[in-house]
Amino acid sequence: MKYHCFLIKYAEIGIKGKNRYLFEDALVRQMKFALQDVGEFMIWKESGRIFVKGAEGEEFDQDEAIEALKRVFGIAAICPMIMDENKEYDHLVKTVVQYIGECYEDKHLTFKVEARRADKKFPIRSMELSAALGHELLQAYPELSVDVHHPDVMLRVEIRDQVYIYSEEIPGPGGMPVGTNGKAMLLLSGGIDSPVAGYMIAKRGVRLQATYFHAPPYTSERAKEKVVELARLVARYSGPIDLHIINFTDIQMAIYEKCPHDELTIIMRRYMMEIAEHIAKENGGLALITGESLGQVASQTIQSLAVTNEVCTLPVFRPCIGMDKQEIVDIAEKIGTFETSILPYEDCCTIFVAKHPVTKPNLNVIKKSERKLDDVIEGLLKEAYESDEVIKIR
Amino acid sequence: MDIYFDNGATTRAFPEVREMMDKVLEEEYGNPSSMHKKGLTAEHHLKKTREIIAKSLRVDPKEIFFTSGGTESNNLALIGTALANQRAGKHIISSTIEHASVYNPLFFLEEMGFEVTFVPVDEHGILRLDKLKEAIREDTILVSVMAVNNEIGSVMPMEEIGKLIKELNPKTLYHADCVQAYGKMKLFPRRWKVDMMSISGHKIHGPKGSGALYVRNGVKIKPILYGGNQEQGLRSGTENVPAIAGLGVAAQKIYEDHEERIAHLRRIKEYFLEKVMELPDTENHSGDAPHIASVTFLGVRSEVLLHALEDKGICVSAGSACSSNKPAVSGTLKGIGLKKEEYESTLRFTFSCYNTIEEVDFAIEELSKLLPMLRKFIRR
Repeated sequence: MKYHCFLIKYAEIGIKGKNRYLFEDALVRQMKFALQDVGEFMIWKESGRIFVKGAEGEEFDQDEAIEALKRVFGIAAICPMIMDENKEYDHLVKTVVQYIGECYEDKHLTFKVEARRADKKFPIRSMELSAALGHELLQAYPELSVDVHHPDVMLRVEIRDQVYIYSEEIPGPGGMPVGTNGKAMLLLSGGIDSPVAGYMIAKRGVRLQATYFHAPPYTSERAKEKVVELARLVARYSGPIDLHIINFTDIQMAIYEKCPHDELTIIMRRYMMEIAEHIAKENGGLALITGESLGQVASQTIQSLAVTNEVCTLPVFRPCIGMDKQEIVDIAEKIGTFETSILPYEDCCTIFVAKHPVTKPNLNVIKKSERKLDDVIEGLLKEAYESDEVIKIR
Repeated sequence: MDIYFDNGATTRAFPEVREMMDKVLEEEYGNPSSMHKKGLTAEHHLKKTREIIAKSLRVDPKEIFFTSGGTESNNLALIGTALANQRAGKHIISSTIEHASVYNPLFFLEEMGFEVTFVPVDEHGILRLDKLKEAIREDTILVSVMAVNNEIGSVMPMEEIGKLIKELNPKTLYHADCVQAYGKMKLFPRRWKVDMMSISGHKIHGPKGSGALYVRNGVKIKPILYGGNQEQGLRSGTENVPAIAGLGVAAQKIYEDHEERIAHLRRIKEYFLEKVMELPDTENHSGDAPHIASVTFLGVRSEVLLHALEDKGICVSAGSACSSNKPAVSGTLKGIGLKKEEYESTLRFTFSCYNTIEEVDFAIEELSKLLPMLRKFIRR
């Protein structure tokens, strides 16, 4: 079946009162972004709904368009739809019969027709039209049967400026359109968890920026490219991301040289948070996002999280905090980041990791250890900020 | 500084190779199968390269078949002869330090019901002839051995291996993977009693995607690609004329002033090894190939040192490229008995005619600065 266009049903934006147009506009913008590689589309709002249609003469792959729309947060359902300018009843019957014929190979189905006449110039009333079309369908396909309570197929026919016919509802991702809930900084590592965390927060309408800590020569160019690729994969959902690459080697070396080895990771994490927050604030970020999951590694115990959290003033979102590894992996597979995440390039957190890192760090002890960096850290942080290389993921 | 010490991975093409390829791509772009003049001109390029390679191996041009490179040559030799000779037997022998393009086709043949014996090497990476002797059986149809190991540069006694094989079982075919050897030493397929020999273009300053397989006249081999029956039916597909023409130029040049080239490579390699062994905590595992040096820098992870050198403009390769998870095939560095802390700290430096003594001096200078720094920051 070749559909002419899609009707987009949206999720939570319906309830946003006076701000509704902001949400709708953001949704349209995100849909345009998602569809940019599929083809040229017209997207318009009309009586509380959003429609998508291929531009005049545009050849596009319907499945590809649906896949792209399934990545737009705020969409509750995508309904592939027939649009027909011809409102004559006989023609309508023919179209509806043909539609069911092509969409459903096996006709052993129950169905219900729900017609709506918004154009009052159309001569048949909604109820009558539903009944009449139902009758025509039963005649055309005797295997069909009517079930008005729980039909397999709910065929909707709407008479507006044109005739709209649809029956399929493909679930969208839900959530809210990106750009309606501020901007936050994702600490992107190259592992499995952080892309998932970014995805989950973007789903709540948050625009993403990201920071990656690069530690040459301990981490390779390929490790960096892997993170760029992960950002690109997340951006398919979140829209554009500014990825900040920070050279972290010297800070890591200084910690390694001067601080107790079992505290290396926790102190490193504290500086990562500090740097990420600094860059976030400079770029209008209102929160930090990490992929931390409670108890997964030594730096993710409650005590460790408390110690790393202490350096920040912005709220830190940890959407994976209560999830098991497998649950995170499941989402990573669903959003397509898993395969890239497991590529075997070292990230800077694992290189110098102690055999037995502290799992219950004490903030005062850590702060005392950090004092050993007093002479150098200001300069090193400055250098780290200056090393910021921004890759614009579009 | 831009120093390329990774010529075992691939090489910079000779300028003459590029000129030739430009000409073929832009002017003499015909399909050798076409009947018109453009086709004939293209065919001449195939003929010319075939003759150059045949001459360099002292064989008949009819015994040279063009492929897309070392991997395809190895696959064709192994799978092609296994399929053609399976009625005579289903046993194949190779070594534990082969390239992936040999052991992976062998794993495929194992799945197809063939039996493969992997013969070990000694601590210098040389095939154990005593073990090979034990392995050869009545139903052994093929022995595949690399002439020069790609990781450490050990050189196999190809002639002795050939003699041994043919003595024990005259019907057993002998394949030599000469991808690292071609252009780096003189090859004697006839004297070595080699039935098939793989070579590759991009290791000798020719184009990527070019290579050849020598198949001795009379060897039973089945194609693995089917189509328009090019290359006497053994390798269908429109010939990659620009690459083949480029391969011819490179092969001609590499063997033209061969002795001088080898002397240059040896000078560079030996100077490098002499200097690098003066640095503390280094081990030399290099074999006799003129262009390959394998050095362990104890206490530094090879990946880290590689990226640190890269930062100074020096391209090298990590020594341990063990990607196989089959216990029978362990990777060269493990195969010669290196311990984990050794093979994880080993780099491979491979030289070409473009390298100079000055470049070696620069690299040694950088190594002497980097090593103490990196050794300070090891995983505790």
